[in-house]
Amino acid sequence: MKIHITKYLKILFAWSLAIIWALPILYAFWAAFHTSDFVTHFNLFAPLTLENFKIAASQAPFLRYMLNTIILVVIIIIGQLIICTLGAYAFARFDFYGKKVAFFLVLLQLMIVPEILIIQNYKTLVNLGLTDTILGIGLPYMASAFGIFLLRQNFKMIPKELDDAARIEGCSLMCILWKVYIPLSKPTYLAYILVSISYHWNNFLWPLVVSNSQDVRPLTVGLAIFGAPESGVQWSIISAATLISVAPLLVAFLIFQKQFVNSFMHTGIK
Amino acid sequence: MRVYNINNLYGWLLALPAFVLLGVFTYYPTVATFINSLYSNETIIRPKHFVGLDNYRFLINDPIFLTTLKNTAIFAFGTVPISIALSLIMALLVHSKIPARGLVRLSYFTPTILPMVAAANIWLFFYSPQIGLINKVIEYFGFNGINWLGNSHTVLASLMVMTIWKEAGFFMIFYLAALQSLPKELLEAAKIEGATKWQSFWKVTFPLITPTTFFIMINALLNAFKLVDHLFILTKGGPDNASNLLLYYIYEVAFSFFDFAYASTLTVVLISMLVVLSLLYFTIIEKKVHYK
Repeated sequence: MKIHITKYLKILFAWSLAIIWALPILYAFWAAFHTSDFVTHFNLFAPLTLENFKIAASQAPFLRYMLNTIILVVIIIIGQLIICTLGAYAFARFDFYGKKVAFFLVLLQLMIVPEILIIQNYKTLVNLGLTDTILGIGLPYMASAFGIFLLRQNFKMIPKELDDAARIEGCSLMCILWKVYIPLSKPTYLAYILVSISYHWNNFLWPLVVSNSQDVRPLTVGLAIFGAPESGVQWSIISAATLISVAPLLVAFLIFQKQFVNSFMHTGIK
Repeated sequence: MRVYNINNLYGWLLALPAFVLLGVFTYYPTVATFINSLYSNETIIRPKHFVGLDNYRFLINDPIFLTTLKNTAIFAFGTVPISIALSLIMALLVHSKIPARGLVRLSYFTPTILPMVAAANIWLFFYSPQIGLINKVIEYFGFNGINWLGNSHTVLASLMVMTIWKEAGFFMIFYLAALQSLPKELLEAAKIEGATKWQSFWKVTFPLITPTTFFIMINALLNAFKLVDHLFILTKGGPDNASNLLLYYIYEVAFSFFDFAYASTLTVVLISMLVVLSLLYFTIIEKKVHYK
């Protein structure tokens, strides 16, 4: 009997916590799809409206911001995949002079992340003439220590025999990378890409510092400017704008929930 | 010997693109930040010149810096343990057999994929004094509402609650992974020996997931020191710097006051904190934690 009570208490607790955790997001949906009269007035039969989305989209170029974010994320990931793959290949399969020190230097970036070096990196971008460009936002993230580390761990687990076999068949070093290492690391690549997408879709501080115009600004920065309290925009419209900003990632997450969750687990354990 | 040389060359060539970018955006700025913290600002009439530790002398007497340092410590050491404890509870709940488990897990995890800016937008409305939901509930029960973000006593705690909501689900994932990979025989053995669920958790499960706890803790702390996105939406560091955090102060000093030398000095403090924390972690990991 006692066991039953604790079991039901546990279920009750898990559900209550789940409801509390979901409330803020559900509430944003409520506010976005109703007129401002119903923002704090809950009525199940309140008429639904898309008006807030129309107003939000007419007051700020959210579709342009979304395009900027997509371009930014694609540029960063392409850069990361190339640079981290080559770096990881070097650390996993080649013995070169100073390798241990070099690897330690790579890992330093896990501590000293680009975000905290905004001042100096901003000056560097000024010197390179890359302020207010999408490439400028993406560049500091391309040599990702996390990516190099993750791929190196994975490459090291691939049996050396496969490498040797390909070599005997006359495969060059780049061909071995392309035909052996990369195909056998697909799950790690998928995991890394999903983690990277969610990081850079949501990144804010550095893009805020670098971007200065509508054609460069990503969604997070656009949303922050739009929703600033002094802009006096109505709550229901801010909710609509917030939902526009998170929609692509949220929808992707809901569809590929399992892959997302597995990816985060996968990248964490190693 | 020849093979060795070729490996040498290929190794460095392959790693070169990464090191060029790391050099430009990590090593150079780190060194330059240290150097700039020893110089004055460049003005129109005067080029920058060496000032020794003057910026640091200013730093330790700067009340705003001391406030942000204190706030950052409270923010990090407050949110991280609570988030971790909560995430472990979440993981245990979702790991056990409960109805609608998938939905519960989804609910816990969803906040983590939102941008901090979006989460802050949503919570701004909860906290707002007149129309905010929290005050509506409080007033419904006959109490007076509080201006959560406008009061220097409640503002930091309010930000911490939101951060815990946002982060706990993320850490839960790592605990879930750890729980799923626990050797079942050990838990069964504990059961056969007559251990209660409480005992088998503290004696078997908890020690086995200690590496995960350390992994989460260091990541969470490193993250907490640079988590400032929500300040741009919710408080701008106010009222009267009561919610100002170190990285946000760096941003203000650099891009609102254009005092790059002092901002560099502040950055040195932040870098030092992150490095000390990481070194501490690696020493503990090496010595104490049983790693597979």
